[in-house]
Amino acid sequence: MSGDIILFGLAGVIASGAPIVIAVIGETLTERAGVINLSLNGVILLSAMIGFWVAVETDSLFFGFLAGMVVGALVSTIVAFSSITLKQSQVAVGFILAITCRDLAYFLGNPIMGSQGPIMLSTSIPLLKDIPILGRLLFQQSLMTYLSIIMIGIAWFWIFKTRPGLMLQGIGEKPAAAYVRGANVQKMRYFYTIVGGALVGLAGPLYTLSVKPGWKGTITGLDGIGWIVLAITIFGGWNPIRAAFGAYLFAFLQWLGLVLQPYMTSIPSQVLQVAPFPLMILALLFVNMGNTEWMERLIASLPDTVRLGASKILRSMQSRQPGSLGTPFERQ
Amino acid sequence: MNVEFKNINKHFGPVHANVDINLNIQSGSIQGILGENGAGKSTLMKILSGFIQPDSGGIYLDGKAVLIDSPADAIKYGIGMLHQDPLDFPPMRLIENFIVGQRGGLVPSYKETIKEFKELQSRFGFSLNPEAYVDTLTVGERQQLEILRLLWMGASALILDEPTTGISAQQKEKLFAALKILAEQGKTIIFVSHKLEDVEILCSKVAILRKGYLVGEVPSPYDTDQLVEMMFGKVISLGDRNTVAQNDVVFELRDLFVEHYPLKIENVNFQLRSGEVIGLAGMEGSGQDVLLRACVGLLRPVSGKVIVKGKDLTNKNYLEFMQNEVSFLPASRLEEGLVPGLSLAEHFTIAGEEKKGLFIDKEYFREKAENMIDEYHIIGRSDSTVESLSGGNQQRAALALLKKSLSIILLEHPTRGLDIESAIYMWGKLKERCLQGCSIFFISGDLEEILQYSDRILVFFSGHVSPPLDAATTSLEQLGQLIGGKGWDQVFEIKENYESNANT
Ligand SMILES: Nc1ncnc2c1ncn2[C@@H]1O[C@H](COP(=O)(O)OP(=O)(O)OP(=O)(O)O)[C@@H](O)[C@H]1O
Ligand SMILES: [Mg+2]
Repeated sequence: MSGDIILFGLAGVIASGAPIVIAVIGETLTERAGVINLSLNGVILLSAMIGFWVAVETDSLFFGFLAGMVVGALVSTIVAFSSITLKQSQVAVGFILAITCRDLAYFLGNPIMGSQGPIMLSTSIPLLKDIPILGRLLFQQSLMTYLSIIMIGIAWFWIFKTRPGLMLQGIGEKPAAAYVRGANVQKMRYFYTIVGGALVGLAGPLYTLSVKPGWKGTITGLDGIGWIVLAITIFGGWNPIRAAFGAYLFAFLQWLGLVLQPYMTSIPSQVLQVAPFPLMILALLFVNMGNTEWMERLIASLPDTVRLGASKILRSMQSRQPGSLGTPFERQ
Repeated sequence: MNVEFKNINKHFGPVHANVDINLNIQSGSIQGILGENGAGKSTLMKILSGFIQPDSGGIYLDGKAVLIDSPADAIKYGIGMLHQDPLDFPPMRLIENFIVGQRGGLVPSYKETIKEFKELQSRFGFSLNPEAYVDTLTVGERQQLEILRLLWMGASALILDEPTTGISAQQKEKLFAALKILAEQGKTIIFVSHKLEDVEILCSKVAILRKGYLVGEVPSPYDTDQLVEMMFGKVISLGDRNTVAQNDVVFELRDLFVEHYPLKIENVNFQLRSGEVIGLAGMEGSGQDVLLRACVGLLRPVSGKVIVKGKDLTNKNYLEFMQNEVSFLPASRLEEGLVPGLSLAEHFTIAGEEKKGLFIDKEYFREKAENMIDEYHIIGRSDSTVESLSGGNQQRAALALLKKSLSIILLEHPTRGLDIESAIYMWGKLKERCLQGCSIFFISGDLEEILQYSDRILVFFSGHVSPPLDAATTSLEQLGQLIGGKGWDQVFEIKENYESNANT
């Protein structure tokens, strides 16, 4: 393999990671507010199909993406209404929606199976595209890929640096405490569930209009992506930057599987396909080492100056689930 | 700000928690609210702060009727409340806690806020580290943070719901000084407590609630007996000290060395006899909680031995201690002791020693819960969830849940949040167990409680542990000095004697 081909492959990893990144950011926002939206596997499929269909009919990529977001927003409104207002189990509702939306996508999508549709092309950025290596990697991508990269930064900044983001963390952590600080917990949970859902819904058409163009029913190969997104949200510690790393790591491992397959005929291809998962779990274990007793002892024995730094780094690496994730909030 | 309650009523199901309450609080005054557990104090305060809504009645601020429908409204009107159970975000940094909910631009400037925070806290003599994570702070420090936050939000009426239950004497002094400054600035302070001495030195007027009714208002100076009678409807006196310790040793620490950053507790040697009560005194964070946890296998000692009834249980886990009839009741009742969401009957089902079969005998445990509710005077029903109980009643429930057959009980702040009558009653219950040979090891921030109920006392000061002092010959002043780090030379002398005696 020449360097060029590797570079080409890595640029592909960034492009094929884009929908995962966007969906992971959406789910991260939702879960940060304390709501688990389990419907996303079905939502990605349904929005992929409908987004593609709308793009075919209107011959407009923009309307295709918009339709995907609308689908995501609508389904997440159902999740929000039943879990926040009706206080039903978020897990049960999300799970049922995941299955229903998937079946709906396959069933309703029959008429446009195999149709030709518009495809999003890459748009090089002048000047930047000529930077050696980086230019090829980052600046000869499609607009949506740029958007996905920018969104990582925006979401991170929103959650950790802005006032509403701080309140968002609070709502997910301890809604009663956010409530006494003046937050309208229910309204905010609705808001972040719907926004998060819309982002998940954007990931669907990003596949059918760009990463894996076209709708081919069950062999489109998108079934399962939503569950992966859910796992990455957790492994990413509800932090958009870490989650994005997870998404790219996953896309990279998948690519590696494809590339290595011809060279490693002795290893069954299934092994290479599932390998990304145990690898992600290992990464999580590594990241959470700071919680262990021996690590605490080790740190306690360090000299003061080193200790403070080390415990700060470890603390920032630990992923903690938002304290109220999955539990409804009731004002009395 | 002048605060007035008019005909406030609030029901929780069958419980009439506030009955037609009328109360007027002058601006610039410190108003005390007294009342036994479950009297309705927190309910009334939560109504003022918008956390709950009354069934009927109204609130008037400076003579104008206002509708307070949510905490957001209360904040708008300048009402801030420090809740009985801290409502903050433990995993977040102090400065983030401080900023959440404050108005301002999209991106808050941490640098500037930290500067302003430091200025604000220096006015009250607090010294909190703005970068610290809240879960590393003591209860007292978390309260200081909340008070500063409320003031910075522009509160002109400040409600404090039992702020002195979990804090050290020093923190209390600071708190009271701060409250006096605020009252002088014209802010209205409402101070809820059942600690008479706190109310007596701080408040210019107290209102007393009993079973939901406002039974009266009394201006300072106060007659303690009168207050007690109004709170409970009868006169109450502390029982006599009595000791039922026998001679056999049931629990022993040998050269125990525990480490829990930044504390190192070395060389702890002592023996607990059956029927004996040992109190652990010290300011919060001096190592009492660390030692207690090391005694039940929740913290692994670095070296030394923990011996229960002759059996070496060093490095064993809590489960094994429990099998040897040792039980531990931690301070944070809703976080570690009780299960929010489960009813009292369900708690007795889980904790029960009987009927361990696969199926639950609902009727049996409902009856058991009802018996315990009677026996421990819990205000609530067998199907009440634990979080719907008032703070003091949660504590009673936690104590009622302790198994009958125990030989050693370790308690952290057993009467925190209890009113005087319940505290006396609770200790009566515990002493009954002592008569049957059960030994007790307890932490308390209340030195009088320690002197009243222990046979011997261990004093803690930044990781140092005194040898056991005889409670009968120790005075309150002496104990107060020791926990503040004074008078330890003498103690070390005793310790050397004690250890050389123990060795021979
Ligand atoms: N959310 C709730 N649901 C049901 N009952 C409640 C609820 N909150 C309070 N109560 C009941 O209302 C009564 C008054 O409770 P409140 O918390 O006001 O008492 P309190 O005076 O603050 O007592 P304490 O000193 O123990 O804190 C109690 O009987 C309590 O069980
Ligand atoms: Mg209360």
